[in-house]
Amino acid sequence: MSRFWPLAIFAALVAFLYVGLHRDPHEVPSPLIGKPAPAFALTRLDDPSKTITRDQLLGHVYMLNVWASWCVSCRDEHPILVEYVRRNPVEIYGLDYKDTRPEALAWLDQLGNPYQAALFDSDGRVGINFGVYGVPETFIIDKKGVVRYKQTGPISPEVLTNTLAPMIQNLQKES
Amino acid sequence: MQRMKNVLLRHFKIGVVGCLTALVLSVPVASAKEAIPVGNEPLVQARMMRLANVLRCLVCQNQTIADSHADLAADLRNQIVELIHQGKSDDEIMDYMTARYGDFVLYRPPMKTSTVLLWFGPLLLVVIGGVTLYRSTQNRQREGDDIAALTPEQKSLADQLLNRKSSKP
Repeated sequence: MSRFWPLAIFAALVAFLYVGLHRDPHEVPSPLIGKPAPAFALTRLDDPSKTITRDQLLGHVYMLNVWASWCVSCRDEHPILVEYVRRNPVEIYGLDYKDTRPEALAWLDQLGNPYQAALFDSDGRVGINFGVYGVPETFIIDKKGVVRYKQTGPISPEVLTNTLAPMIQNLQKES
Repeated sequence: MQRMKNVLLRHFKIGVVGCLTALVLSVPVASAKEAIPVGNEPLVQARMMRLANVLRCLVCQNQTIADSHADLAADLRNQIVELIHQGKSDDEIMDYMTARYGDFVLYRPPMKTSTVLLWFGPLLLVVIGGVTLYRSTQNRQREGDDIAALTPEQKSLADQLLNRKSSKP
């Protein structure tokens, strides 16, 4: 029996390495999940005189999509969001992270605007409060203002239909 | 043919000189970027660097916030300076970071039920290794005892062989 031990240890090691091989080290679990979204008060991208705060959005289920005009993979994600909003009664707010207004507005003009409103986070301060480290990132926030999900990296059609959309639908039914 | 060769050679030379010039020019630019404005208070900066040295940069995960050139790392260094100016303690600053980025930002992970294996795994491996080593040496000693139990004929034969070998130059 004892001579099977090395084989067993080897098999365990292989199992660990195999699992490790398929995990993305860039997907760091967010400590914000299940907690109230950090407070913010930001001006609208299209209108610097209007401010939107976290508390104004209480009672809404919304996606907070962190993007920027300099972000390359945001281009892959963007048409998926545009299409999603067109077909479904959902609210997406954009968080324009460390960007300039003219570039961001031109970007939305060119690629379409899926956002209820885009919030302008020029110095990335709100991004830091949300623990943003790789744009694009997307948070799902429920009616009580609690963060329920975080997606790091671009949203793929699969992630949207299998995870995000059903989750938003369920959260919208909550009172 | 020779002329073409000369032209090519000249182009090559220009290319090399250009590359070298670019390289030389880029060095001071790169080092100029390293000096991120953190104020001119050496104490605040020293404290910031001490904290930044134990925080992981999430963009380039094998670097600390102190080492990394990523934009986010620079932002977080400035954030630490700001928190120091607000009179926050080291622990409060660490809490600020973990509240946003999770325990993963800490180069020294905290002791929790989920990190017990991380902390004591190496010790566990040493213990397993020690036990295995002890048991295998015990086995070998027992085998050694078996060898000692030779018949007198075997022993004299062994002695003979050993002596003959050792008497050779």
